[in-house]
Amino acid sequence: MTLSAEQQIEALRRMWQIRFFEEAAIRLYGEGRYRGSTHPYIAQEATALGVCAALKPADQVLATYRGHGAAIAKGADARGMMAELLGKATGMCKGKGGSMHMSQTDVGFLGCNAIVAGHIAIAGGVALAQQLDGTSAVTVAFFGDGASCEGVFYETLNMATLWKLPLLFVVENNEYAISTHVSESISVPDIALRAQGFGLPGVTVDGRDFYAVYDAAAEAVARARRGDGPTLLEAKTVRWGRHSAVAAGPGGANVDKWKLTDPIPRFRQELLQRGVVGEAQAIEIEQSAKAVIDDAVAFAIASPYPELTELYTDIYA
Amino acid sequence: MHELTYAQAINEGIREEMRRNPKTMVLGEDVGKYGGVFGVTRGLFDEFGGARVRDCPLNEAAIVSFAIGLAIQGRPTIAELEFMDFTTFAMDSITNQAPKLRYFWGGQVSVPLTVRTPIAAGLGFGTQHSQSLEAWLVHVPGLKVVMPSTAYDAKGLIKTAILDPNPVVFAESIALYATKGQIPDEEYLIPFGKAEIKRNGDDVTVVALGLMVPKALKAAEELAQRGMEIEVIDPRTLAPLDIETIVASVKKTGRLVIAHVASKTGGIGAEIAQQVVERAFDSLDGPPVRVAAPDVPIAASAQLEGAIIPDVAAIVKACLSFRNTRA
Repeated sequence: MTLSAEQQIEALRRMWQIRFFEEAAIRLYGEGRYRGSTHPYIAQEATALGVCAALKPADQVLATYRGHGAAIAKGADARGMMAELLGKATGMCKGKGGSMHMSQTDVGFLGCNAIVAGHIAIAGGVALAQQLDGTSAVTVAFFGDGASCEGVFYETLNMATLWKLPLLFVVENNEYAISTHVSESISVPDIALRAQGFGLPGVTVDGRDFYAVYDAAAEAVARARRGDGPTLLEAKTVRWGRHSAVAAGPGGANVDKWKLTDPIPRFRQELLQRGVVGEAQAIEIEQSAKAVIDDAVAFAIASPYPELTELYTDIYA
Repeated sequence: MHELTYAQAINEGIREEMRRNPKTMVLGEDVGKYGGVFGVTRGLFDEFGGARVRDCPLNEAAIVSFAIGLAIQGRPTIAELEFMDFTTFAMDSITNQAPKLRYFWGGQVSVPLTVRTPIAAGLGFGTQHSQSLEAWLVHVPGLKVVMPSTAYDAKGLIKTAILDPNPVVFAESIALYATKGQIPDEEYLIPFGKAEIKRNGDDVTVVALGLMVPKALKAAEELAQRGMEIEVIDPRTLAPLDIETIVASVKKTGRLVIAHVASKTGGIGAEIAQQVVERAFDSLDGPPVRVAAPDVPIAASAQLEGAIIPDVAAIVKACLSFRNTRA
């Protein structure tokens, strides 16, 4: 399974878009342009893109409150996302969801979910629907090391394996659940080892290595499309900074480690070495990604807030 | 017309909707080959097969969330939780997920989910199998909550629940499963938010829920012997609540009793009473009276549980307390 040059270039473009989106999100929060919080995906970009590069438009992705990366990776619109972040009427969820509930179902992004692990079993149901529909579509649930401690994750591992569902569990192990390090919360060195007890494949890869993530995801997706069931894919990564824009606790817990292994320059360098892009094109990709996010920020700031009548819409179908 | 029990009526309603829509599913523990722990899904596995009537492991949270995932993919799904007490394991699914996805995603999905769950109050199952937790659920915007009291209503309401594009909790009463009713041979639906006046009367309005409805009707017979005519109203759905029918009755009688199996504090009775006070204060002869379980866990012993679950005498007593409030 090899990716075309266009697919690899698009992956780099979206990795930069995630990076610039999250940098803008932090900046806009500091400017007081929105409330609540935001959970940056910075330093984890290679995981979202490595997985989503193995997907087709009809495949479905569900993510956590740290889900802006998965959204962009699956093709969500940057303007709609930024406006949603700022609580504007033009947001992808009309301003009702905010940072932790972004979704764009028409690109197969079944949303961010702010109850840690709450979406994993919903992903199981989506995968069951795909299986019953008889298409070869698959579902991906992204979640963190913290979510891997929740009971509903294990319920879903069991049911998805039992029913051979076309589901890919992607645990993004960034080593921290807010302040708690995996060494203090998880009884095994690799979360992928959990798979052994449920009878599905468990694979651990370097989540900062685009190609390693892609290769593992492509194999798992192919397995799911064949009807052979789910895979637990652990992407080891790092959290660039604090848990969220407002969280106390370890600030920049992994910042030194991240600087050494920033996945975007690493992927960029690999594209250059493989001759997929030249230096001038690599610069253009970064700049055009920046322009997309700058445009999204301007759009979001200029957009109106929702009318108060919106309070009472979309509660019931 | 044909005669069915309350349990059979629910079964017939589900069967008709599964025939109507080949995408409609049932998920739950023991719902398939076994036919449900109380037999409510009996025969569905044989007619529709194990792909649509799925036996699940003991995973209440995952059962409801899988049903949500199916629902948002266009498959109306009925999830059965064997006792209402077991909804606690699925509370994230029922309260944070099902009723919120549509809203916080700005209307991008609908969630045609029905969570069927029975209340075992009054049968000696003990405190972890006997609770009536409907007030918790009515408190969550986005959820609809249904509590049928007759076979006829149960069938019409389960069909409406399955066809509703929104999440519905369907709270059944196990003590009513064997009660029989006449069911029309032609199809019918019962709309949500439409109370039924089960008996007319001018002296006291008694709003009764679920298992308390037949008890209120028995109380009405006793009270009629003593010269008091009570009006028995079954709201049938608690969310949405048909407060207009209740208020209209109170404007006629001036007296309100609310009877439910759930414990008193924070129960639906308080909410109904307050809504009536807000709309018809001047019509009331005195404060509304709640007939409810005391605020204790539900004991297993028949003697103790008998003193907890409100009976016919409790409704009679509450109605008679109004006897001297009006000339």
